[in-house]
Order: sequence, then structure tokens, then C-alpha cells
Amino acid sequence: MDYLDHLEAEAIYILREVAGQFEKPALLFSGGKDSITLVHLAKKAFRPGRFPFPLVHIDTGHNFPETIAFRDELIAELQEELIVGYVQDSIDAGKVVEQKGKNASRNQLQTTTLLDTIAENGFDACIGGARRDEEKARAKERIFSVRDEFGQWDPKRQRPELWNIYNGRIFKGENVRVFPISNWTELDVWNYIRRENIKLPSIYFSHERDVITRNGQLMTATEFLNIDHEDIVQRHRVRFRTVGDMTCTAAVLSEAYHIDDIIEEIQLSNVSERGARMDDKVSEAAMEDRKKGGYF
Amino acid sequence: MDLLKFITAGSVDDGKSTLIGRLLYDTDSILDDQLEAIQRANRKNDDGTLDLAILTDGLKAEREQGITIDVAYKYFHTDRRKFIIADTPGHIQYTRNMVTGASNADLAIILIDARKGVVEQTRRHSFLVSLLAIPNILVCINKMDMVDYDKAVYDKIRADYERLAGNMEKTQVDYIPVSALKGDNIASSSSNTPWYEGKPLLEFLETVEVNRQPQTQQARFPVQWVIRPQTVELPDYRGYAGRIVGGDFSVGDRVVALPSGFMSTITRIELAGENLQIGENGASVIVHLADDIDISRGDMLVKADEQPALSQSFESDICWMDTKPLDLGQTYFLQQHGKITKVKIQDIVYRIDIQTLEKSASDSFGLNDIGRVRFKSADPLAFDHYASNKANGGAILIDSRNNLTIAALMIDKPVDN
Ligand SMILES: Nc1nc2c(ncn2[C@@H]2O[C@H](COP(=O)(O)OP(=O)(O)O)[C@@H](O)[C@H]2O)c(=O)[nH]1
Repeated sequence: MDYLDHLEAEAIYILREVAGQFEKPALLFSGGKDSITLVHLAKKAFRPGRFPFPLVHIDTGHNFPETIAFRDELIAELQEELIVGYVQDSIDAGKVVEQKGKNASRNQLQTTTLLDTIAENGFDACIGGARRDEEKARAKERIFSVRDEFGQWDPKRQRPELWNIYNGRIFKGENVRVFPISNWTELDVWNYIRRENIKLPSIYFSHERDVITRNGQLMTATEFLNIDHEDIVQRHRVRFRTVGDMTCTAAVLSEAYHIDDIIEEIQLSNVSERGARMDDKVSEAAMEDRKKGGYF
Repeated sequence: MDLLKFITAGSVDDGKSTLIGRLLYDTDSILDDQLEAIQRANRKNDDGTLDLAILTDGLKAEREQGITIDVAYKYFHTDRRKFIIADTPGHIQYTRNMVTGASNADLAIILIDARKGVVEQTRRHSFLVSLLAIPNILVCINKMDMVDYDKAVYDKIRADYERLAGNMEKTQVDYIPVSALKGDNIASSSSNTPWYEGKPLLEFLETVEVNRQPQTQQARFPVQWVIRPQTVELPDYRGYAGRIVGGDFSVGDRVVALPSGFMSTITRIELAGENLQIGENGASVIVHLADDIDISRGDMLVKADEQPALSQSFESDICWMDTKPLDLGQTYFLQQHGKITKVKIQDIVYRIDIQTLEKSASDSFGLNDIGRVRFKSADPLAFDHYASNKANGGAILIDSRNNLTIAALMIDKPVDN
């Protein structure tokens, strides 16, 4: 077995542990390449049976339309259940307040919608596509990561996690976040996507797009950004390295039309994938703080 | 390309994080925006160079206290190999996190501060590494710049460590003098240590042969999940999903299900809809049997002529990881892959004094204690001697009162009641 076989076998093993250990698991599906890879791995883990969990999407309302279209096609093909939690609902219910100002984003608000969706559906495990190479707080997280009643991660109280034994025992109200591709790097994911011929939303590949420059980053010119007269809209050939919502995911200039080009581009790049995420730039501990609060 | 998983261990401030930062830096694995973040954090070493330790100290509390609390995993590659590093904490208080990182490692780098030599944590970590049956140890004698790259210092520490390693028969031990801070013998051989003729660290890691093979090659298939679609097209489909550990299975193998003892024959091995002739060690597959026998999660398939021990009484090495001490009257859960059973600890066979490595009788067993105990389990447990099959001889203990993982078990052998 080469290293991709090894990573695949490990991820399938973890997905089946979730099926075996929990009453009501869910797979958090963002529409990004990592969660699309998770879906592919779930097919390998459970077909010809059905997935022992629904897919759950937290919809900020500010998604790339390409992501939503891709999601709906995928679900139709899979014939699996999709549950959508809408940030707009949390706003309408007065549970969260929309940010104001030029750099307003719904990224922070997602956490509340996520926690409510988990509580309403009684999910005891949520599978996510986070990887340890993405960010330094994530580099610290266990594969089975216990969250308390409030969805919070306590990095100081992580359970020891030995060999391939995952302790998923929890009390009612708690839940476990599970990260089957923890040990994959960005390049591993792309190499796997190429090997397995996994379909992706078009925005991962180079295309023409109207963008504005904010804080040195190329942002999609969309109604969801508060564009004013200072912003200059320009058309560029770009693609996205990660896909969050439109207000926090920056594009990169790129001529990568095929997966081979993307892999070459990543190998040459000296900026990390999350370098294109405004949400991580807030402070040194931005990710840790969000995770403690219940974020993915 | 193959994958080497290693840990860095040693006492606090021996330079583990600095060494990892150096390795990442010298292999161009640190990206511009990450470097920028380090620069923004503005943590400098005494000589004005950037403090690379901050790369692995990913938690706020760690950066505030300047110590590593939990394992950080880092990924890098060279043209020859892919690497996963687990940077583990040095503080005795966080030994359980060190064990977490060590359990999956192929190699352990043990750092020793050249000024201090072998200290208690060196002994404890080395002992844990051998107990966890990590096949290779690399001793990096660090901060050589602070002892004028003196060969005599290196020789003395090496001799001390060799005495310590005398007790660890199955481990291959190598030594390199380094300065993680200055970069001596990390990416290239240093002119400051002309007396050292071995490889620099990076080349060593790229080329070291790791003996991952267990002593026996007996195949085990712990069943995780039963796949039964019960659809119109597949009314009778029944596949056992799991990951093979220890050896290979082939179609046609005569197998026995444990603990029930029912026999059958493998008719098909599947991976993602594809039929395989052989299911390899480490592969996650679906196995089909000729007979409809009762098998569920937690059961195990093995070849009929290669059976593991099956017992309700057994002895195990144990590393206690909870602040609450071992309680002989208490019922705990034992988890071995997908199998969970209630257990009681019948008695403490011995506890090991980490200073002298001597075994002595003891009534108490607390946080970070290492020793051996005797278990009685509610269900019979099918297991192998830990060192011969880690995946089927390793287990954890869970406190049923708070669900915490409180001990690591390296099961040794069945015992008579
Ligand atoms: N002079 C010198 N200092 C070092 C060396 N390696 C690490 N240090 C310093 O030792 C201190 C502790 O290092 P750190 O990597 O945080 O140790 P850890 O606790 O083992 O992770 C820091 O101030 C480092 O700059 C070395 O090779 N030479």
C-alpha cells in the first residue's frame, strides 16, 4: 500500500467507527473539496449500503451559487438525506445579529446555527473535513474531539488517543467532532482527488471573475460584500483554493484549468491554503477561539 | 513514496519545538504567510533569530507559558519520504499526551540537553518508547553549541544512554550531536563537529530503515460494522466491514469468528465495489463468508490455524494517565479496537520505579505510573501479545463515571484464574 492507500484505509476505518459507536451521527458538508472527499470515502466505507448518517450543510446564505448547485446534484446522485441549517433563520429568530461595516461576514454567525442544528436533530457525532496541516490549533486536535453541552472544545482536557482506538463515549448533550482526514495534507487531498477522479465544483478551477481587492486579497464582487466607491471592480482569471462563503474566501490569480495544473501550482506555492481565509487573519488565536466556541 | 511517523520527546526546554521548527524551515516547509505570522508574533531568541518553536505551540496557553501542553502534528516531505511529526510535551504532567503521540510512531527522537545529560524525563520517555514497542530511537544530543561542540560531552552522554538502552533489547538506537538552534547536523553535516562521522538528521530520517513488521504475521479482522442494504436488488447481501491488522486474508481462507468460535470460509473480499483476491494488512475492506453465522461489531475473524489468545483473565503492562488513582474495587470499561467490555483490576503485579527501572510490589497506582496489572473481564477478549500485534494487543481503559480515557494497556498474556 502506498501512502494514499494508507490514508484512505485510515479514513474509512474512522468513518466506520463513527457508524459503530454513535446513535445519531451526521456528516458536515460544506461543499468544499475536503467534505467532497469525505463523501467519496463514505461511499467506500458503506456502499452498497446506505450512509448511516445524513449530510448537514450550514448555509450562510452567502454561498457561491456553484457550490449550492454542486451540492444539490451530488445529493440527487447519492440518494442520501440532506439537512440544511440556515444562518438566515438564526438571524430572523434574533439569536444572532448580522455584522455591520465594510468587512461584515456571516462566518462567525455560523457557529450558532451549527450548534442549534446539532441540538435540534440530536446529533451525537459530527464528521468534519478539517485537516491538521491547515492551521496550528487544528494541528492539536484529536481525531475524536469531544465537545461539551455548549459545543465547546477544551484543548486542555483532550482525552489521550492511542493507536487506532477512538473513545467516543459521551454523556447526553455532549457531542463528538470527528476528523477522518486529520492526517492528510492539502496536496494529499488533491492527489487523491486526481487518483479517484472525484468531481469538484467549477470554482476550484481557473475562470474569469469580477473581483475587488480588500486587505490585499481578491474578493468576489458580490452584493454580499459592502462594495462602495473606493472599491475597484476588475476582471481576472482566478480560482479558489478553499471554499467557505463569498465574504470570507479569497481567490487567487491562476491559470490552473486542470487538476494537474492545480497540483503543480500547489507544489510551487509558498502561501498556505488558509492564507486565503480572512477569518483566520483576525488574530494569532482566531481559529482556537472559534473552535473553543463551537466552530467546526 | 513511503511515510515515516516520528515523535520528538525529551524534557522541557531540551529543544523539541526548536528542532521541529528547524526541520520544517530547512526543508522549505514553512510558507510565507506562516513565517509572517511568526514575525507578527515577534518572538525572538536571545541572538535575535526567529523563535521557530512557535510553529508547533499552537495553543494560546502554550504560547503564554512557553511550554508544549499537547501533541502537535506537523507534516512535511522531501524527495525521498513523507513525514508526520508528533511534537510531544516534555512536562511530566502531560505525559499522557506524549503517549498519545508515541502510540502511532515508527521512530522516536529523544532530545537530550548537552549541558544536562540524561535526566529523569529521558528515562521515562525512553522507557515508554520501548514499552510502546517503537522500533527505532534516535538520540539527538542538542545544544552542542553551548558546550563548544565538545566530543567528550557527547561521548559521556552517549555512554550513559547506552547503559540505559541496555534494558531495551528490541530497539535500534542511534546518536547524533546537533544544535537545533544553529542548525548543526540538521540539514547538512556541521564543520563544528568534525569528529562526528554519521549522517545529519534529515538524511538519517530519509534513509532510516524502520522495522514495522510485527514478529508474527497473523491476520486479524476486527468487525466494525455489518453492511446489509436489504434492497430489492440486494436482498441477501451481508458484508462485514473492518480493517485488516497483522497479516493478509485471501478468498478461500478458512476462518473462525471470535469469541463465538463459529467456523466459515471467506467467499469474497471487497474494496469499494471491487473484488480482491487478497485483503492486505492495513486495508479497510468488506469480507463475505460462506455461512450465515452470527457476527457483529466487536467480534473478530481470524484464520482457523492462527488463533490469538482468548481469555477473561490476563496480564497487561499499563500506563496510568488520570489524576484519579487506580481503584481496585472499581469496574472500568476496556476498549480494544471496536470491542468494549467491563473489567476489574484484580491486582497490581508491580510498579516500576522510573529512576532505577526496578519493579516493586505496590498497593497504589497513580498519574504517570507505569507497571503491570492483572485483569478480569466480563467478556472473553481475543488478543495478541502487544509487541507482536499492536493493533490487537493495545487497549485503553475508560472510567465509566466520566467517560475519560485513563490508562493505556499493552496486553501481555492470558493467566490462569
Ligand atoms: N543554544 C541553543 N539553544 C537552544 C537549542 N535548541 C533549543 N534552544 C533553546 O532552548 C529553549 C527551549 O527550546 P524549545 O524548543 O522551546 O524546547 P521544548 O520545550 O523541548 O520544545 C529555547 O529558548 C530555545 O531557543 C540549541 O541547539 N542551542
